[in-house]
Amino acid sequence: MFGKLTWAAIPIDQPIPMIASGVVALAILAILAWVVIKGHLPYLWHEWITSVDHKRIGVMYTLLAMVMLLRGFADAIMMRAQQSVAFHSQGFLPPEHYDQIFSAHGTIMIFFVAMPFVIGLMNLVVPLQLGVRDVAFPTLNSVGFWLTATGALLVNISLVVGEFARTGWLPYPPLSELAYSPGVGVDYYLWSLQIAGVGTLVSGINLVTTVLKVRTRGMTYLRMPMFCWTALATNLLIVAAFPILTATLAMLLLDRYLGFHFFTNDGGGNMMMFMNLIWAWGHPEVYILVLPAFGIFSEVVSTFSGKPLFGYRSMVLATMAICVISFMVWLHHFFTMGAGPDVNAIFGIASMIIAVPTGVKIYNWLFTMYGGRVRFETPLLWSIGFMVTFIIGGLTGVLLAVPPADFVLHNSLFLVAHFHNVIIGGVLFGAFAGYTYWFPKAFGFKLHEGLGQAAFWCWQVGFYVAFMPLYAVGLLGMTRRMQHYDVPEWHPWLIVAGFGAALILCGIVFQILQLVVSIRQRARLADKTGDPWDGRSLEWATSSPPPVFNFAVLPDVSGEDAFWRIKKRAAEGTVSDEKPEYRDIEMPRNSPTGFVCAFFATMMGFALIWHIWWMVAAGAIGAFATFIVFAWRDHDEYVIPADEVARIDRSSNAQRQAILSAQAAR
Amino acid sequence: MSTVAFAETHDDPNTLRASSRSWSGPASKRIVTGYGFWIFILSDMVMFSAFFASYAVLVGQTAGGPSGRDLFDLRSVAMETGFLLASSFTCGLATISADARQTTWFQLAMAVTCVFGLAFLILEGREFAALVTQGAGPTRSAFLSAFFTLVGCHGLHVSAGILWLLTMMAQVFTKGFRPDIQRRILCFALFWHALDIIWIAVFTIVYLLGSAA
Repeated sequence: MFGKLTWAAIPIDQPIPMIASGVVALAILAILAWVVIKGHLPYLWHEWITSVDHKRIGVMYTLLAMVMLLRGFADAIMMRAQQSVAFHSQGFLPPEHYDQIFSAHGTIMIFFVAMPFVIGLMNLVVPLQLGVRDVAFPTLNSVGFWLTATGALLVNISLVVGEFARTGWLPYPPLSELAYSPGVGVDYYLWSLQIAGVGTLVSGINLVTTVLKVRTRGMTYLRMPMFCWTALATNLLIVAAFPILTATLAMLLLDRYLGFHFFTNDGGGNMMMFMNLIWAWGHPEVYILVLPAFGIFSEVVSTFSGKPLFGYRSMVLATMAICVISFMVWLHHFFTMGAGPDVNAIFGIASMIIAVPTGVKIYNWLFTMYGGRVRFETPLLWSIGFMVTFIIGGLTGVLLAVPPADFVLHNSLFLVAHFHNVIIGGVLFGAFAGYTYWFPKAFGFKLHEGLGQAAFWCWQVGFYVAFMPLYAVGLLGMTRRMQHYDVPEWHPWLIVAGFGAALILCGIVFQILQLVVSIRQRARLADKTGDPWDGRSLEWATSSPPPVFNFAVLPDVSGEDAFWRIKKRAAEGTVSDEKPEYRDIEMPRNSPTGFVCAFFATMMGFALIWHIWWMVAAGAIGAFATFIVFAWRDHDEYVIPADEVARIDRSSNAQRQAILSAQAAR
Repeated sequence: MSTVAFAETHDDPNTLRASSRSWSGPASKRIVTGYGFWIFILSDMVMFSAFFASYAVLVGQTAGGPSGRDLFDLRSVAMETGFLLASSFTCGLATISADARQTTWFQLAMAVTCVFGLAFLILEGREFAALVTQGAGPTRSAFLSAFFTLVGCHGLHVSAGILWLLTMMAQVFTKGFRPDIQRRILCFALFWHALDIIWIAVFTIVYLLGSAA
């Protein structure tokens, strides 16, 4: 009846997961109870869960990322604590649990923190920057989000029901094959990633189509803000790389479920094929994560320096160059696995070449700041912290791209330090910069500046204290994923690293505080102008938060930095008196399709993991029925009448005009 | 904000833009839908290319079992190919009838497409069943795992296509040729023809090269 699922799947004898999941369950129940008692449920359902508005979906993606960041960080701090004490001792985490923690940490941080964070920001900002009303496929956007959330849910269910993979964040065979990982851990990994991967692919297709086909009048390619370019490159990479992941994981699933021989030891299977396939996705994946961050830094640096982005066209070229070259370097992830000197040399050189466009970008940001009127507010602090940190991470990356050096450093903590250096210093700092920068656009009030700076300094210093020692122990020969060790030289470094993780924890606490304090002080921090940072691109041309239709009349773009031009013309008084011509606006109707799909996907995923075949069939039928019901809708749009558009637009214009004239009078 | 102009266009999908130096605003729904679906098809082709690559890597790994030359029956494969190519032709007829808003012709062409698709699936199913009964199932060797996965993945796509086809027939029956349904017919046609392209590759790389080697 319930396949492999029995009461034994719940780890009652293990205090750490039970307490952790108990706390999480209590928190969820408390929030649910609060929502129901306060009567917020209809609001949540109508305004958020079923919303197809790209801004709302972007916010939900970002929220998912931040919640999962807490989970991933809990894993991180347990690992740091374990390695600080596990010298000549077993520490407090048994090996089978420690292995699940590092696997879950990597999986969660990449797939359910970094990905939703950048996808959320792209969703929120790209249509606004392009000057349009929504993405190309709004309902599909909602489906993509909810499938991502399904993946995250399944990973978290594994904490209580069963176990998670012990195979690392990429399940290398033959360890991940049924013979060596007979439990459900790898299945949890595979199904949550398959489901979330579909969501990511859907959102990639959506955003590529949006950038290429849905731009406002006059928004030619070379007038698009840099963030739109990096979003285009990232989503092209998603479309080209995620299907490889889907295929690879499908092969591993077939091996595990039906006894196929893709990667097995026997029957002619070839496990090196897994390495090649997974990294043919995996290396583009790191650029999928970091390119949007590059876009965010471009926007932030230019805005807070009060200058157009230096070398805009070279930046576009560098972005697209990275987009292409990222597919030609995958083998550097396994130089040591027998490819031979000629192949290694080619991939080593390709890996060094990809550092060149990245270097171009760094210089462009520096020259953008040079001679500018630089305002050191939190988003810019994250950007400067990024530049310093990312250069170090990039340089150690170039070092690892040298095959002989890689033979020494492969799978050592040096490598771990390197990729945290680029992913935290690049992706996460970028995400935080974007979060602070666009928060007022999404909610109409700024985040608290002082607490933001405190968080930044804790993260920045904590990062160096936590990860520079790992470079050192890596050079001292410590390999990654060690549950305990007995080399005395390593111990002090690992204690320092643990202290660094505690500093990062302070940073996270400040971030939570910042959010709470900002919400409480939202009246004081309110931004009624829609343009709190003196911005340059079109998202600042509308009110904060923007109306559901974003722009009452779609803007007409005549050059780069579209909003900056509009403001300049207004200041020069050369604006014509032509009244805007309001028309009826058709907007997509909200739809529960995404949520219902995710419900059935969760059901199917869980059933597949536990071999509950009747439930798989029920989930599949439910999903198909949802598809039919959605396809049979007669009204998928509603109309906002021109009068209503005019009323909303005039009132927000009047409000902004009042603020501007008050400022001018001062 | 008063210099802005109304910028929505509903351009003709069959003509190119007059000028490439300016951009006249968001494309029409038909273009956006078709374009997005093309991107999906491209991503699907990337997935197939991963399966093709794995097949190419594993084709010699028969683990002492049968190879393609021992197993493939080109006569049956030729018939499968014929059915699939013919179904693409009738699918094209369905598209033309939809453009001409000829319900009867549309339903007829779709029904024939469906029959051809089912014939293809039956032949493929028979081939698979025969292989399994003679001990050459996917668990026999890495070569057969890759073979069943690649060809089976195409077969699954055809099955999904048939479900979609029936849905489209029912939609046209109940709702007629509404613009949104026309767009779905466009996407369905793209999907069905793309499966043909993939089949040409399967036919060449798996069956023709496999029988020759």
